[in-house]
Amino acid sequence: MSAPYVLLGLLWGGPKHGYDLKHAYDRTLPRAKPLGFGQVYATLGRLERDGLVAQAGHDRAGGPDRTTFAITDAGRGDLECWVATVEPPAPHVGGVLLAKVMVALMWPDAERAVAYLAAQRKAHTDRLRELTAAKTNPAATFGDVIAADYAITHLDADLVWLRTTLARVADLHSGVHE
Amino acid sequence: MRDILQARAVVRAYGATPALRGVTLDVAEGEILAITGPSGCGKSTLLHCLAGIMRPDSGEVAYRGTRIDTLSEAARSRLRRTEFGVLFQFGQLVAELTAAQNVALPLLLAGTGRREARTAALAWLERFGVADVANSRPGEMSGGQQQRCAMARALVTEPRLIFADEPTGALDTLTGEQVLGQLVRVAHEQHTTVVLVTHDARVAGYADREIVLRDGAVDESGLGIALPTGRHGR
Repeated sequence: MSAPYVLLGLLWGGPKHGYDLKHAYDRTLPRAKPLGFGQVYATLGRLERDGLVAQAGHDRAGGPDRTTFAITDAGRGDLECWVATVEPPAPHVGGVLLAKVMVALMWPDAERAVAYLAAQRKAHTDRLRELTAAKTNPAATFGDVIAADYAITHLDADLVWLRTTLARVADLHSGVHE
Repeated sequence: MRDILQARAVVRAYGATPALRGVTLDVAEGEILAITGPSGCGKSTLLHCLAGIMRPDSGEVAYRGTRIDTLSEAARSRLRRTEFGVLFQFGQLVAELTAAQNVALPLLLAGTGRREARTAALAWLERFGVADVANSRPGEMSGGQQQRCAMARALVTEPRLIFADEPTGALDTLTGEQVLGQLVRVAHEQHTTVVLVTHDARVAGYADREIVLRDGAVDESGLGIALPTGRHGR
């Protein structure tokens, strides 16, 4: 779960209250599942309990009281450790897409296999086109572009893999069924 | 939206080797169409037939309702100078000319005065963000700058149709994306139709629609490869 660390990362730049943190989070990861206000405050509560953030003041800029939070030295240490930990490369070797394609390739009904593979490819290319339109929209933020790039690159990798797999099947069509 | 380009049962071979086996397609005015498929599927040959660079062995290609496959070489060449713009993987700029002279070239060939052609060329270089290399020769420019100049040259006559064959194939991802983004933006602004050949799904993502070729024919499945029949032989 990366949300607590993203919040810590946002607090690295200076103290913020929950309302600003929620909007900063949504701007930073615009294509991720939005974080609800309740989740933000609950997460801040846990981070405060663990000594990773601390209350830095209260303000009432024309509205209700708002508590400002700041990252602590322990929080900075925890965040540095999280960022420095390398993510396991290629974590998707057991993904659903891989399993479905393998099953489709073993299907006795070739027409249905092609129908699934064609539909899957179309879903990928439609999504890729949608994300390309989103990132080239003049109103796209930097965060939108980075997030779309991430998704597009993964979709493209799936498509390259699918094409390569089909080419391998065409070359060595008996091998998959051994 | 009406069709600007139509191909009917287009067949073309290189000697005994078939490249296109009866391709039928329509391109709507203002549309950006990607033609994709694996290496050797016939996509570049199709582009050449659609652009009137090459004649099909049989079948028809019509531009705005008029057949172009039956036109003389001179008439097709005139069409390419006035109505079409062509963009290849490597900009194919004239090495001895500056960027501005390269971009002005199609206008000069069409009879535009020298001063007017240069003014238009500079405006198009500006539009593609490469006005600063107007007086540089291709050898003095980066790949991205060369391809932007090539785009300016393809668009300077304000063609109705742009044919682009792997236009970003020689560029790194980010530069290619910027070049393609500019091409698509300008095409939309000018309501120019673009037919784009690519093997790259990310490039095809810029198109409104995609046609996949396999072995010289349109592959309705989009997979580009036929699954062998009888592969479940256990």
